Amino acid sequence: MADTMTEAPPGDTDPAAIAARYHNRPEALIEILLDLQEAAGAITDADLRAIADSLNLTRAEVHGVMSFYHDLRRTPAAPAVVKICRGEACQSLGAERLVVATCEHLGVELGATSDRATVEAVYCLGNCALSPAAMVNGRLMGRATVDEIVTSVDRVSGP
Amino acid sequence: MNQIRQADFGTPAARGEATVTVTIDGMAIDVPAGTSVMRAASLLDRPIPKLCATDSLQAFGSCRLCLVEIDGVKGTPASCTTPVTDGMVVRTETDRLRKLRRGVMELYISDHPLDCLTCSDNGDCELQDMAGAVGLREVRYGMEGANHFDAESREPVDASNPYFQFDPSKCIVCSRCVHACDEVQGTFALTVEGRGFGSKISAGTFADDFFASECVSCGACVAACPTATLQETAVVEKGVPSRVVETTCAYCGVGCSFQAELRGNDVVRMTPSKSGGANEGHSCVKGRFAFGYATHPDRVLKPMIRERTTDPWREVTWDEAIAHTARRLRELQDTHGRDAIGAVTSSRCTNEEVYVIQKMVRAAFGNNNVDTCARVCHSPTGYGLKTTFGTSAGTQDFKSVEKADVILVIGANPTDGHPVFASRMKRRLREGAKLIVVDPRRIDLVRTPHIEAAHHIPLTPGTNVAVMNAFAHVVVTEGLVDEAFVAERCEDESFARWRDFAALPENAPETLAEAIGVDAGTLRAAARLFARAGNAAIYYGLGVTEHSQGSTMVMAMANLAMATGNIGREGVGVNPLRGQNNVQGSCDMGSFPHELPGYRHVSDTNVRAAFDADWGVTVPDEPGLRIPNMLAESVSGRFRGLLIQGEDLAQSDPNTQHVTNALSQLDFLVVQDLFLNETAAYAHVFLPGTSFLEKDGTFTNAERRLNRVRPVMTEKTGLSEWETIARISDAMGYPMSYASAADIMDEVARLTPTFAGVSHARLDHEGSMQWPVTDAAPTGTPVMHVEGFVRGRGQFMVTRYVPTDERANRRFPLLLTTGRILSQYNVGAQTRRTENVRWHDEDVLEVHPHDAEVRGIRTGQRVSLTSRKGGTTLTAVVTDRVPQGVVYTTFHHPDSGANVVTTEYSDWATNCPEYKVTAVEITPANEPARWQEEWQTTRATRYDIRVPAE
Repeated sequence: MADTMTEAPPGDTDPAAIAARYHNRPEALIEILLDLQEAAGAITDADLRAIADSLNLTRAEVHGVMSFYHDLRRTPAAPAVVKICRGEACQSLGAERLVVATCEHLGVELGATSDRATVEAVYCLGNCALSPAAMVNGRLMGRATVDEIVTSVDRVSGP
Repeated sequence: MNQIRQADFGTPAARGEATVTVTIDGMAIDVPAGTSVMRAASLLDRPIPKLCATDSLQAFGSCRLCLVEIDGVKGTPASCTTPVTDGMVVRTETDRLRKLRRGVMELYISDHPLDCLTCSDNGDCELQDMAGAVGLREVRYGMEGANHFDAESREPVDASNPYFQFDPSKCIVCSRCVHACDEVQGTFALTVEGRGFGSKISAGTFADDFFASECVSCGACVAACPTATLQETAVVEKGVPSRVVETTCAYCGVGCSFQAELRGNDVVRMTPSKSGGANEGHSCVKGRFAFGYATHPDRVLKPMIRERTTDPWREVTWDEAIAHTARRLRELQDTHGRDAIGAVTSSRCTNEEVYVIQKMVRAAFGNNNVDTCARVCHSPTGYGLKTTFGTSAGTQDFKSVEKADVILVIGANPTDGHPVFASRMKRRLREGAKLIVVDPRRIDLVRTPHIEAAHHIPLTPGTNVAVMNAFAHVVVTEGLVDEAFVAERCEDESFARWRDFAALPENAPETLAEAIGVDAGTLRAAARLFARAGNAAIYYGLGVTEHSQGSTMVMAMANLAMATGNIGREGVGVNPLRGQNNVQGSCDMGSFPHELPGYRHVSDTNVRAAFDADWGVTVPDEPGLRIPNMLAESVSGRFRGLLIQGEDLAQSDPNTQHVTNALSQLDFLVVQDLFLNETAAYAHVFLPGTSFLEKDGTFTNAERRLNRVRPVMTEKTGLSEWETIARISDAMGYPMSYASAADIMDEVARLTPTFAGVSHARLDHEGSMQWPVTDAAPTGTPVMHVEGFVRGRGQFMVTRYVPTDERANRRFPLLLTTGRILSQYNVGAQTRRTENVRWHDEDVLEVHPHDAEVRGIRTGQRVSLTSRKGGTTLTAVVTDRVPQGVVYTTFHHPDSGANVVTTEYSDWATNCPEYKVTAVEITPANEPARWQEEWQTTRATRYDIRVPAE
């Protein structure tokens, strides 16, 4: 099969159209889910069913994959997604304090979403040498501080 | 040893030819290459503790309990995923292993409720057994940590399915159930949701419970579950069964072997037998769960008589019922002649029961007026395959599908009608075999998770023969004939004639495309795919036979299989999917008016002589009446008395109003059945029948496999069917003195060459056998025509396509076709009396969006469905599953009246009704059809039974 991608217009939120970009190949499930989430912000139950249908999978199979990955969302995240590492190395350099302080500054609980930020725990960002590590909208920070995180959030969501 | 639990070697048998030698705990064993260490140890009776492995599934090594030590191998590999190698030395019990296993078990148990004494699986739980096997004595982690079982954290039990429940608090997330759903059933309805400690088995999405999910209730996950997590509701309510009777399912022609598991005389559950040749441990929702009808309060358990069909029923003794029946039948013969009476056998009954009826007709009635309900389903199969190959039966065993490269499914819906075979077929399709579906309707197999047909040919109903002729044309004109096979195995002359016929321009796909309603390119591509396959197999159902050219179509498929060399080995063949459990058997047993047992014509002097000598009578040499003839002659007054066993003519035969009119004209009608069915409304005597749980005998499935049916309880009626018939025969002056059903089979074997080696004793010893069982094939015949065709050389038949007389016109512009659904079975007499109605409580009419729109019909609306024969009303479902111009319904509910609409047209050779094509019109309806109103008013009087004062 030709592996050229049929270009769907960017921002297309139709799950069937996104699946078609990947020739409805079941092994492209994760890419399809990520593209859809990128475009639509979250993946609804109806999207899940439509993707299952396009890929000729059951909805259980798609649900199994979706529920495995925390990055695949049923409801939209805030404009800024903050991930703070709570792995051992980061904990030893104050990750827990960073979590508490960040949540306090942003006025949101760990794992929750406000209109400005979603704050999540992760368990390794591969940046142990520069612990504690954090990430805002995909941008990695070493020796992360509350100020740096909050500044990044402000840049995305406004002060 | 727990007799309920079937032997489990942990991993499936390896198929390798070469053997390797492995030493386990000091004992050597030779096993096929590819065998797991676990299986080899099990074969040595050194079972290794395990939780996730089971021999119905490929090993996936998740539980980490089955660790072993292997010389020269670092660490402690899992025995389920480690294949043996030659010279391997394995230890299954060492201090290190014991410690490891105990540690693993401790972790499992730390998140498992310690409520064994009140658990429904107590005594039948693998987790409990393994805790014992590894010597678990304590849980050092305590039970107080985060868990899934205490009152605050446990999730509720999912009891949405009527037959089994899901209790996540007992789950060890071994994922056997997920693997069973995927590998065994092929439905992929289950998954592991989440990750890590939060992992949970889920049937679909957060929005689904088991009932709402894609689950088809086959029970594979329940059978696979090592704990009480997935548990039959009946076990929860009644307790773990205490004894087992091996028997055979009485639903479809797959003929699954089951363990009936009982407490006392209560069947607690039916568990599929791994040793069953047809099902190899698998089951469907009907066989596994829908057996409650056998003890349903609607069952009639006492014989009943009435003078007129308007009288209430009067319960009588067996003696009175039998004497009365014999006397009335003889009186009718005295007054109206020997041929004025007859009988109809049932494909639901055992071979022995059927044999005795045809014997009664031939020996006691003295005529050949015996027919079978196979008349209305697979009679064209018998005719067509006998003409071309020489045997009235399918050519393969089910296992054969594992070797097929291209599978052609015509007029069958296996995932609904023959689900256990469908699972075997789907497994092969997932392995890469190609699929061609010829069906007007987009059946599930056309596209279902992990399966997609290479070609779907949504033909216009009634054009099957045109499709096969188009295939034949491609084969002969594109050089795709297997010349060597044809030259070696088939008749030169008939082949030459057929080849010339097939090559005619009238058979070109381009010519036929318009009639078929499918473009020529698709037809050509499908024909090429079939002809070029290494192994191409045809599977078909009533969408082939129930047409005016039903027999022609069977022969057309046989032609195609012969021309492409697809007969006589595994992976190929022409395979009828039989609708009923014993269609094959009831035909084998001489139920047709022209054939004695073993498909031998009554005009054959030598055959008749054998029966004359054995039975001490003179069997008439003229064929008797077929069912349609009986009905017609009833209307004309020549046919006066009929005994019907286990068939509901009034619901199942076409043109209901003609059938009921004919039945009501009979002077004397005897019905033997479990329930007062639609036909019983016209009966004068009702003889209560026995369910399969009470029967002793044999059923023969679609692969010619004779399976034993064993009674798990005594007859609730006090008398078996064969005894009833034998006593009627006695009373009519022809004594039958059988001591048991086994005696009857001995007589069959004595008089029927293809059954020569069959006996109950051998079946009990060997499990099952596929006929012919002869001196040449002492253990039976899984695949037929291996050395050559039974008739000598294969005969090609010219199969000209003749459009049916039943055509759409301006008044009736649509074509109605019919089918079945997974949860219901035929006229529904059994399944309607079980929880299966939860899935299908009403027959609906599928209508294409275009046809619906022009008529202003929406889903959920009542519509009137009329043909030139009659009318009924149904609820519409608008769907593109059916092509434009075609409407479709099922026929499981009597008030649907699907057969009020169907016509009297039938197959030219066998009179098999043309159920699958009826020209109809549909319109929105406000009220029920007149027929339905009448049916509702007479329904009340039908169950009017007067119990005699004690």
